[in-house]
Amino acid sequence: MSVLSAQNLRKSYGTQTVVDGVTLSIEKGQCFGLLGPNGAGKTTTLRLLLGLIAPDSGQIQMFGQAIPQQSRAARQRVGVVPQLDNLDPDFSVLENFMVYGRYFGLSAADITARVPALLDFAGLANRADAKIQDLSGGMKRRLTFARALVNDPDLIFLDEPTTGLDPQARHLMWQGLRRLLNQGKTIILTTHFMEEAERLCDRLVILDHGRLIAEGAPRELIAQHIEPCVTELYGDDIAHWRDNFAAQLCARHENVGETLFCYSRDGAALMQNLHTQTHLRYLHRPASLEDVFLKLTGRELRD
Amino acid sequence: MARNYFTPPVLSLRFIPVWRRNYLVWKKLAIPAILGNLADPMLYMLGLGYGLGSLMPSVAGVPYITFLAAGTVCYSTMNSATFEVLYSGFSRMHVQKTWEAILNTPLTLDDVVLGELIWAATKSLLSGIAILVIIWALQLQASFWLSLWIIPVVVLIGFCFSGMGLVMNAVSPSYDFFLYYFTLVITPMVLLCGVFFPVSQMHPVLQNIAQFLPLTHAINLVRPLMLGNIPTQVWLHVLVLVAYGAVGFYLALGLTRKRLLS
Repeated sequence: MSVLSAQNLRKSYGTQTVVDGVTLSIEKGQCFGLLGPNGAGKTTTLRLLLGLIAPDSGQIQMFGQAIPQQSRAARQRVGVVPQLDNLDPDFSVLENFMVYGRYFGLSAADITARVPALLDFAGLANRADAKIQDLSGGMKRRLTFARALVNDPDLIFLDEPTTGLDPQARHLMWQGLRRLLNQGKTIILTTHFMEEAERLCDRLVILDHGRLIAEGAPRELIAQHIEPCVTELYGDDIAHWRDNFAAQLCARHENVGETLFCYSRDGAALMQNLHTQTHLRYLHRPASLEDVFLKLTGRELRD
Repeated sequence: MARNYFTPPVLSLRFIPVWRRNYLVWKKLAIPAILGNLADPMLYMLGLGYGLGSLMPSVAGVPYITFLAAGTVCYSTMNSATFEVLYSGFSRMHVQKTWEAILNTPLTLDDVVLGELIWAATKSLLSGIAILVIIWALQLQASFWLSLWIIPVVVLIGFCFSGMGLVMNAVSPSYDFFLYYFTLVITPMVLLCGVFFPVSQMHPVLQNIAQFLPLTHAINLVRPLMLGNIPTQVWLHVLVLVAYGAVGFYLALGLTRKRLLS
């Protein structure tokens, strides 16, 4: 059953088309990734899906309700973790839950009953009375995440949830996400970390210039777009090596700055050759979602 | 397809959690906040009223402090409402992103802006009442019972200037912008509308201008009530205050929708 679906969404600002014919469908219990370089239209797509802004054309259905017309009812079952923490700095941890819960029309008793589980989820079990300014960046991020669960949502939106977190905090965040998925929640996630998307997402789309340019499970996308093995070569002599061996040993290769990327089916012959080239440094690894992402969206900077 | 941001407000009781949020923050610092809000207008009223007043025979037939008391109630209420929607409102909308957090819940921007309007009016009511308490303690009013009618007028003044201030909030790029509103709107109004001296003292052109300003109508209600008279043209004054507040709220909502929801 589709929890959230959108058909042919379009949104322009002036002459610039930010979202250009996006169609997607998210099934119950899925972790769905929305990837794309900066300015690809991810945030605008999220805002459209939440019913915060109206599309120029296209339809959105969330829990069977038309968005944005019935977004008030639909958002009753949604939790949102924004890109930047917007906790209430004047309140304690506990007060943040209480105040936020009331926006969903929850009674004080309902919220109070949920608080221990939320504190536990945020790893702030004994910090209920702490002030927000006394929390570390990671704690605030976890609290923002827990706050989004105050209404026990069925669908959770996370906009770059792990940006700026250290590896410990990021792994904790991933565990939290998996716990929610195990409970049958549906998650829609934007991220710039391909490793994160590869680990967590059941399905994902890559958005560029407002259009969907790829869609599928992470493994499928890798298999579809990239040879299974990637070898990165570094050093002064790579040009020489490339001219002599690349065409023969790699299915495909590309030069990026000082690095030569070689894509191959199994890489056995390539590795054998490299063992003899002691002056070259290299990294041999399986193809990843990041390779797909860079292949599809290009390597030039987006600002 | 351009969306029309100026459709009528959709009002609902969902604004209450927004109001409660602001109330809870205020409650944490209630005593210093009340004293801080009260000190400034009270010092002006007592300093000018007794100091300057001692040099004057009487103004509009009453001691200057009595004349000034009515102006101070209006001025203080106006300032309190204006400061709340401008500086505190802008913090919540733009700096702390509190509104953004709220908009991710079932609340709409209409609920948020209505909550802010009613909260600012509530807070200015407290400021107005605080000044009234001083006035009662000094026995500056002619009739205590008649002066109680000032309280609903204070609510109206709070509503009026909250609505107007929210328009500024909707279009402001930063805190600095609010200075224009104070120097171009609020301060001239204080001088033109009869807070410190009767409007009849001014050039007829200025008197005519004053008739279009909401603070004049606020003072035309509060001053007679302070001096023990029933105001004349009550409905006109009430209508002007309601109109400024309502048109302000409607414009502010449309502009804020355009700012945040486009």
